[in-house]
Amino acid sequence: MNTFSYVRAVDPADAVALAADDPNAVFLAGGTNLVDRMKLGVSRPSTVIDVSRLALDDVREQPDGSLWIGATVRNADLAAHPLVRQQYPVLSQALLSGASGQLRNMATTGGNLLQRTRCVYFTDVTLPCNKREPGSGCPARDGYSRYHAIFGASVACVAVHPSDQAVAMAALDATVVVLGPAGERRIRLVDLHRLPGDRPEQDTVLGPSDLVIAVELPPISGQAVSGYRKVRDRASFAFALVSVAAVLELADGSASVGEPLIADVNIALGGVAHKPWRAAAAEEVLRAAPATPDTFRRAADAELAAAEPLEGNARKVALVRKALTALLGELAERAVGRASVSGDRDGR
Amino acid sequence: MGFRIRLMVDGDSRALAVDPRTTLLDALRDHLRVTTPKKGCDHGQCGACTVVLDGRRVVSCLTLAIAQDGATVTTAAGLADGNELHPVQRAFLDRDALQCGFCTPGQLCSAVAMLAEAADGVPSAVTGDGDPTVLTEEEIRERMSGNLCRCGAYVNIVAALRDVVAGARE
Repeated sequence: MNTFSYVRAVDPADAVALAADDPNAVFLAGGTNLVDRMKLGVSRPSTVIDVSRLALDDVREQPDGSLWIGATVRNADLAAHPLVRQQYPVLSQALLSGASGQLRNMATTGGNLLQRTRCVYFTDVTLPCNKREPGSGCPARDGYSRYHAIFGASVACVAVHPSDQAVAMAALDATVVVLGPAGERRIRLVDLHRLPGDRPEQDTVLGPSDLVIAVELPPISGQAVSGYRKVRDRASFAFALVSVAAVLELADGSASVGEPLIADVNIALGGVAHKPWRAAAAEEVLRAAPATPDTFRRAADAELAAAEPLEGNARKVALVRKALTALLGELAERAVGRASVSGDRDGR
Repeated sequence: MGFRIRLMVDGDSRALAVDPRTTLLDALRDHLRVTTPKKGCDHGQCGACTVVLDGRRVVSCLTLAIAQDGATVTTAAGLADGNELHPVQRAFLDRDALQCGFCTPGQLCSAVAMLAEAADGVPSAVTGDGDPTVLTEEEIRERMSGNLCRCGAYVNIVAALRDVVAGARE
């Protein structure tokens, strides 16, 4: 590990000011990814600004019904939070599907979003990687690409973003609250991460001294059902090959007349791109369509028409199709069940 | 060299000076000679270095010591009550839940904290709509997935923890 100076920020504004003093500074929160990268020599900060003790660890419902999630809330605490489990189960499930109990106790909301790819070429400093060393080349495209992108990749980079949490948040239309040198601003979560293009070294749209201070989830309909499905190489403690987060709402009353219609649906895919991949083409097929297996298949096909698999990850196309159609089927079934229960209560 | 910090380790207050690069694991093992937590992978992937830090299980290899000034650390050596083994330690012996033993200190710390998490109602990936305080075999396996055992003593580790859970219910 290279040498660095360590400083503990007293408040968010102090953290941003400290970062502005050193272009090679990093923020330390849970450390589960940063400390590992520093050991590997992938990250070589000159200043480490500890933000882990900032008073950003609250989860609270705001007056407009949205949920405020502080940036230093631990993944374990967020997954277990009653409001998250009740209203946003997709987020709780995504968090619990990630890492291990120990790591979830350490990792934070903000840090999870800003973790970096686990591409084996990125994490090995003896090999070329355009993300780590711009211009050095990308051996992944023609090399070990089992975990790599099928959407939105570039000649320069085929890495994927590894977060589960971010995929659920993308499906929930989350907003990221950022404090920068010019003050506070909000960025849609789906706009936080970039596609690699010819600047894969830049994971996000954040500047070097921007600090994530919270994530906000908009209020969710009481009729909406949500879930997360993750496909991986072992049953637990593994990154996703692919994952699907979905929020589904059926049209009012449609479940009781035989053919449930989809009123609204949000879908995000993980393990397939340089960012959480919002499946807009699939969503378009699904909206106002009957919630049937045939619709789900057509939605998956519409999304996967844009897939550009590599030799090593071609199976991801089939994995996405199966995971997406299975999750939609499960959610539709639950939504119908919920509608019939509330219908019974109304005396219909 | 370095920054003076203080840690409460297994009931003893310990002062030490660390370089900012020092992980909690190295601070314990190399500075304080507390060699109970083991260095397996040193990358957060095996769980051998698991300790209970301010009441929560963490991997000490990915924790910078300097960021934990003032913290309370419990290693497997601090689980027993005097000469009385912790029920989880007793169960590991009764069920022969180890072979080489290298992963055992981490398994023990992880298990003790895992049982407390479940008792607090913290769900796991397999809990679904179920009751997180009920630790089925599936729950135990999922919640212990951060601790690898190269000898493959998993079957007996799960049996030991099922015994502990059953004992706590009696």
